[in-house]
Amino acid sequence: MLWTIFNNVTTKLVARGIKTGFSFLEDVAPFSIPLNFSPFWDFELGTSVYWDVFVIGIQNTAIVSALGIPTALLLGILIGILRLSPNWLMRALSSVYIEVFRNTPLLLQLLMWTFAVFPPLFNQLPIASESIVIGSGIVLNNAGIYLPLLVFSNTSWILFGAFSIGTIVLIYRIKHWARKRQFNTGQTFPMFTVSLLIIFVALVVFYFVARSSFMIDLPVKRGLNYSGGMRPPFQLIILWLGLTVYTAAFIAENVRGGIVSVNAGQSEAGMSLGISRMMRLRLIILPQALRVIIPPTISQFLNLIKNSSLAVAIGYPDLTNIWAGIALNQTGQSVIIIAMTIAVYEILSLSIAALTNWYNAKTQITER
Amino acid sequence: MNSFLRSKTWRWMYRNLFSSTLNTSLTFIAVIFLAYYIPALLQWGIFDATISGDDASVCRQINENGDLVDGPGACWTFIKVRMPQFLFGLWYTSNSDEIWRPVLAFLLLAGLFGFLGSGRVDHRLRWKIAIASLIGYPLIAFALLHGSWLGLPVATTSDWGGLTLTLVLSVIGIIVALPIGIVLALARNSTLPVFKTIAVIWIELFRGTPLITILFIASVLLPLFFAEGVDLDKVLRAMVAITIFQSAYTAEAIRGGLAAIPKGQFEAAEALGLGYWRKMIFIVLPQSLKISIPAIVNSFIELYKDTSLVLIIGLLDLLNTVSISARSPEWKGYDAEGFIFAAAVYFIFCYGMSRYSQKLEQRFDTNLAGRRAQQE
Repeated sequence: MLWTIFNNVTTKLVARGIKTGFSFLEDVAPFSIPLNFSPFWDFELGTSVYWDVFVIGIQNTAIVSALGIPTALLLGILIGILRLSPNWLMRALSSVYIEVFRNTPLLLQLLMWTFAVFPPLFNQLPIASESIVIGSGIVLNNAGIYLPLLVFSNTSWILFGAFSIGTIVLIYRIKHWARKRQFNTGQTFPMFTVSLLIIFVALVVFYFVARSSFMIDLPVKRGLNYSGGMRPPFQLIILWLGLTVYTAAFIAENVRGGIVSVNAGQSEAGMSLGISRMMRLRLIILPQALRVIIPPTISQFLNLIKNSSLAVAIGYPDLTNIWAGIALNQTGQSVIIIAMTIAVYEILSLSIAALTNWYNAKTQITER
Repeated sequence: MNSFLRSKTWRWMYRNLFSSTLNTSLTFIAVIFLAYYIPALLQWGIFDATISGDDASVCRQINENGDLVDGPGACWTFIKVRMPQFLFGLWYTSNSDEIWRPVLAFLLLAGLFGFLGSGRVDHRLRWKIAIASLIGYPLIAFALLHGSWLGLPVATTSDWGGLTLTLVLSVIGIIVALPIGIVLALARNSTLPVFKTIAVIWIELFRGTPLITILFIASVLLPLFFAEGVDLDKVLRAMVAITIFQSAYTAEAIRGGLAAIPKGQFEAAEALGLGYWRKMIFIVLPQSLKISIPAIVNSFIELYKDTSLVLIIGLLDLLNTVSISARSPEWKGYDAEGFIFAAAVYFIFCYGMSRYSQKLEQRFDTNLAGRRAQQE
């Protein structure tokens, strides 16, 4: 049977004049990227090849995932905690949020944002000459949103790397020292506040040291409209928002389930030891709850990455859209293009699965 | 005032709304949020809304410049007029005498779910009917919807649309994926390396890839697999893609159930001299399937939502029918109404199913000794 399938595939490919092999990756891609959105990898119609399309697809999938994961996590934690708050109204609102967004398809939500929610809001935005300007860098008008862009030179990248490593090492050393001191003397140390302070100081120092090596590209008014700066396409913002709102509902359920799973006796034991509410949460409940919360939350991150392929429906140029969609239609190289697409998602999901397994193994309760 | 402070209402309000500074401020935030949105929403959705009439003119009005514009409220007339199309697709809308066929198929499904979930059914009978309907229901539903077997006017698969198509895709997906998933789960737990490898590759491959990519594969790659002249219609390709995708998730749900069976059960079966298949079919699977039912229902809910992705390959499911209708010249601009309707339909089904799975979980709890101990 396998042989019949193989035979059919090759006959058909030959009949359509399609050569198998990776050589088409070097061919010039005869189409432009939708929205022209490719912030880190240049695409030029007429010179860029299919390989560039592939890289841009991965890049755009990575951009929306990297934006969506932290926001979904924060919103999910917030909603999950509100779901357990003593306030009845907040509890009701957050369960409505969770049930509504979990029980309707993400695609429907994305279409809803794109066609029903945003167009009326968008119509209210002023024309370019009456743009809303926030601070000196954020401009909002009916042509889109303009944000300031940091342009790093090579020296500033190196400096930035050095500063990051230095800060991490410093915080790690202080933490080590504080633990040792607490172990020996019992005195505690405000590690969280101090870490924030160190990061803040490091950023300020970095700004003054590296000031000359990077520049801030602000949107400026040129002619009728603004140019310069960064202009994220509307589709990216909708996809980001849609993925965040949808995934947060699932993460909120994980957070709630994790906190509920910690035996009430643990909290009561903490109370009877005279530990304050915040410290109880931090030292007793959270460490136990996180063991339950983190693995399913990591798999939600993976779902978010996979769901970003719904970009196809709203026209954001992600991997599935421009590679498994446009490039495939243009070249007819179905076997190789699909294999490459699957390989990317597969590498991502296997590495995330490995991460989860590692975490599970590390945090397993060691029985007596 | 004093009597109010001592009343039950105030005590409830104090405990739930004003017990601390943080709590009180949260209450105020929530109240401001609700006061801002709820009246506007009610105004749009109910007070200013239109539901009478049967064309778009009732929803539009003439403004001061003499232009025809949308009215201030929601246009539920759109939903009312297009309802048959949303639920049964175009073919059944134009052949309205035949609408009883999908309706009967829906009712049968609802009846089956109700019967299997009710408490008054004998345990063994329930299992028999569950297994019989797994095979029988798709055949009956196909006979009803397609019609050629019963000598009724034929509605080909491409004539199915709206909620009917959504349900067909998801029900076929879950039913066909179930046996494949069981085999995959057993293979993944088997000691034979060939089966194990194939199962691991299959499961990880289709779990790690987005459904859209698999739908693309099915619509592009699947025709290549067959000899020239064999034409697979679009609905069938989508069904294959959805089934393959779902089989990987079902397999993982069942594997979770297998892992929960104590080793003693396997050993006891072996001690009785049962071979592999008898051990699995009579001892292990009945116990593990019961455990994995909630997980299977959850993956079914996910699948039900995911069938909306067939919009991208151009099938006219519920979501696509709604979004195309809201783009038709007559009803242009009523996207919000359409999407709210579609969301409500999806919500009712998904929420209902998750409640149903919670109920099943209790029902299938055959820990008789534990229950008796509780009763005494």
